[in-house]
Amino acid sequence: MQEGTQRVKFYQTGTLTVGNRLLDVELRTVQATTDRSNAITSGHRACQGCGEALGARYALDAAMRASNGNMIAVNATGCLEVFSTPYPETSWTLPWLHSLFGNAAAVASGVAAALRTQGRHDIRVVAQGGDGGTTDIGFACLSGMFERNDDVLYICYDNQGYMNTGVQRSSATPPTARTATTPAIGGEPGNIFGTGKDVPRIAMAHEIPYVATASVADLHDLEAKVTKAMSMHGARYIHVFVPCPLGWGAPTNSTIRVARLASESALFPLFEAEHGEVIASSPIRKQVPVEDYLKTQNRFAHLFKPERDEERIAVLQQMADRNIKRYDLLREEVKA
Amino acid sequence: MLKQIEGSRAVAEGVALCRPQVICAYPITPQTHIVEELGALVKTGELHGCEFINVESEFAALSVAIGASAAGARAYTATSSQGLLYMTEAVYNASGMGLPIVMTLGNRAIGAPINIWNDHSDAMAIRDAGWIMLFAETNQEAIDLHIQAFRLAEELSTPVMVCVDGFILTHAYEQVEMPSQKEVDHFLPPFEPAQILDPNKPITLGALVGPEAFAEVRYLAHRKQLTAMERIPALAHEFAMNFARDSGGLFHPYKTEKAKTIIVAMGSVCGTIKDVADDMREAGHSVGVIALTTFRPFPFAQLRDALKGATKIIVIEKSLTAGMGGPLAAEIKLALGKSKQTLYSVIAGLGGRPITKDSIRGIVERVAHDELPDTTFLDLNWDVVNEAVGGAHTQLIEKHTNHKPKS
Amino acid sequence: MFEIRIHGRGGQGVVTAAELLSVAAFREGKHAQAFPSFGSERTGAPVAAFCRIADEAIRLREPISKPNAVIVQDPTLLHSFDLFSGLAADGYVLINSGKSVEALGLTGLKQKLPQGHILAIPATELARTHIGRPIPNVVMLSGFAAMTGLIVPSALCGAIKEKFNLSIAEKNIAAANAAFELVTTLIASNQGSLIEQC
Repeated sequence: MQEGTQRVKFYQTGTLTVGNRLLDVELRTVQATTDRSNAITSGHRACQGCGEALGARYALDAAMRASNGNMIAVNATGCLEVFSTPYPETSWTLPWLHSLFGNAAAVASGVAAALRTQGRHDIRVVAQGGDGGTTDIGFACLSGMFERNDDVLYICYDNQGYMNTGVQRSSATPPTARTATTPAIGGEPGNIFGTGKDVPRIAMAHEIPYVATASVADLHDLEAKVTKAMSMHGARYIHVFVPCPLGWGAPTNSTIRVARLASESALFPLFEAEHGEVIASSPIRKQVPVEDYLKTQNRFAHLFKPERDEERIAVLQQMADRNIKRYDLLREEVKA
Repeated sequence: MLKQIEGSRAVAEGVALCRPQVICAYPITPQTHIVEELGALVKTGELHGCEFINVESEFAALSVAIGASAAGARAYTATSSQGLLYMTEAVYNASGMGLPIVMTLGNRAIGAPINIWNDHSDAMAIRDAGWIMLFAETNQEAIDLHIQAFRLAEELSTPVMVCVDGFILTHAYEQVEMPSQKEVDHFLPPFEPAQILDPNKPITLGALVGPEAFAEVRYLAHRKQLTAMERIPALAHEFAMNFARDSGGLFHPYKTEKAKTIIVAMGSVCGTIKDVADDMREAGHSVGVIALTTFRPFPFAQLRDALKGATKIIVIEKSLTAGMGGPLAAEIKLALGKSKQTLYSVIAGLGGRPITKDSIRGIVERVAHDELPDTTFLDLNWDVVNEAVGGAHTQLIEKHTNHKPKS
Repeated sequence: MFEIRIHGRGGQGVVTAAELLSVAAFREGKHAQAFPSFGSERTGAPVAAFCRIADEAIRLREPISKPNAVIVQDPTLLHSFDLFSGLAADGYVLINSGKSVEALGLTGLKQKLPQGHILAIPATELARTHIGRPIPNVVMLSGFAAMTGLIVPSALCGAIKEKFNLSIAEKNIAAANAAFELVTTLIASNQGSLIEQC
């Protein structure tokens, strides 16, 4: 950080201004610039408070800026695809291709191969999908794209369930969460423990050049990670935490707050990895107990009423504590 | 150049002459030799300007081809049997998006029970997917159909599948005339996509289409197939002018003029059937053959016309729609309309069961004596069937499958 | 049309033998069609391959059930299968064995076939000597060429050179020459098998 500049803590800005126009020019987001690309234009059909629409806009505009607008996006089936392209309308101002639910990574590999063979090395490829299209049905294609180290940045917008089809469980749904297929009934209401998969770490196991997690709670960090990923070649993966107010049972104006609590509680750690090794993580500035996060969403309501489910809340806290340890999230920051 | 090579290698060399830019491969018997050879051609540099991608599944193979084609590359893949089923979702997707991908299908049975040998069950399983489907009779035709397929696909913006009988053709060594690069380049100009993903002219491909426009999209796909019906014979004619041989087209009639009995079939078995037809003609039977090359679009009117002189039509096919019968026979029946011609459906060669001259001769003789039932399972071993279902059931089955056709 | 059926086991180059035979015939300006029995190709499993040779284009695609010649690359198959099923009355049989036709229990077959139409040669041994590996296919093909006159040695040599790289091709050609000489001698001496030499 340059001498004389003030370190700005995001949560202290206390403003809803898009792109933090009140910030120093250097620290503003791509969205705050007048020449931003606007990859997803307004008028799409996303729900109020949609974390995925927000995350995709920031991610793609950052990628567009990094590639000077020379970019092709591939999209898996899902909310993002459905709400952005109701024929004959489209929200996309960049070349955009949707094929199927489970093949976005492979289609993107094909686009990259076609560009390579045509000598169009200037055009970059970004693939995107929700958690269902990434961690479940698209997982084989994703892993194939990773192991071949195809020149694709894959961005997963994780809202922890199949929201497009009506909030069913995915392998990204957290334990205890209520979904349409893990109802809050019976002896172990909601999604059970011991299931699900940690795709960022699986991505790391492929030893691809870059893996990162990001969150709509820190859009600047998301942009920085996308920009960094776009400066590299080969297979890259960014897993973005995007709350779904509808599916999670949270107020539509709480998207950012819910996302921030997910990171501050360490249930969704933010980190970066290169070639299979963690190289950085975002430390928690003000740790909160997991229940502060859980209480913001009706999908966890059964953990608190009719009576507190101490045992299962404790296990969720243990998961957060393990993340703190694994990514060293409570370390003392070096003061500027 | 005249060569004595394996069918798979012939297909691979033919495809390479078409200058594909992206080839995706996932191995499945009996397609393997084709993609192995193409992989080698890319690696040695004989096929340059081409990306050869080893993918993790057939679903990925066709998906990579979809992405490549949408981004403006001439894309190719090959599969068989279970592999085709595994990529079925992408098969429909490629045609729905009008992407001119060419795919070789090394025809093989579909399990269970698992079976690696030839029949046409795989092709029949996706016959409604909107691809143009061509069947090769020989390895020469397999090469030629691929060259025509790329041209056809790119002219019409639609994917084309070239069906080549697994093992019987893919693993057979026979002589082929391999065209020169110059000849193929003359026939097949470089790929100019109808629409392409280009940052300078952004388009959205694969939008969500609702009830207000979906039927129109499907209708346009149907019209495209009808256009193909006109282009396929025209391209075959142009091919003949350029390469001096008849390959492709809607179908190949063989001695059908004034033939009282015509046998219709697809793929490599047509050769065996032609041998039988010649033998039978010597014995005084008036038998002709139609080797159907184009299965999609289905040439109803053209077949009706070609079959009109015959009183008896025998359809020999390597597939079965359980509970219905032979799918090709059903479509030929539709082509015949209200005609009084008698149609005999023969299900043969399933799972690689050899279709012999003797067996076909037997069929023709039984037809001549009006002894063949509507539907026949060629060379069915009734002992095996009896053992499996027991006597009472067998009698029931025999009663219903061997009854004489009503005239 | 002349139809040849080759029997052996996976790993003995049975399919390659059919291929080489078809290429040799092609080099002589004939039409030829070679194809395997299409099994799962497992080492040691019984394998058959087929080759048709004709002056006109070959349309027939059925497996060969009435061969004009049967080549047996592995004599252990003799008593497991009816290798000679459908063999033409004037057909040819060539067996890879150091034993005599009689010792192989084929006296009956020998009596049915014309003189000089059934032979046994120690092809594996010849292959070991000349190629350094117990792959009898080329030896058997060359013996077959000498026995039937269906293909000339130069055509077979050409096919071998097309198929193998130079050093392996040279060894195979040496083996082929030895086999051709041996069979020519056997037929001239009217022996039909090699009893003492191996």
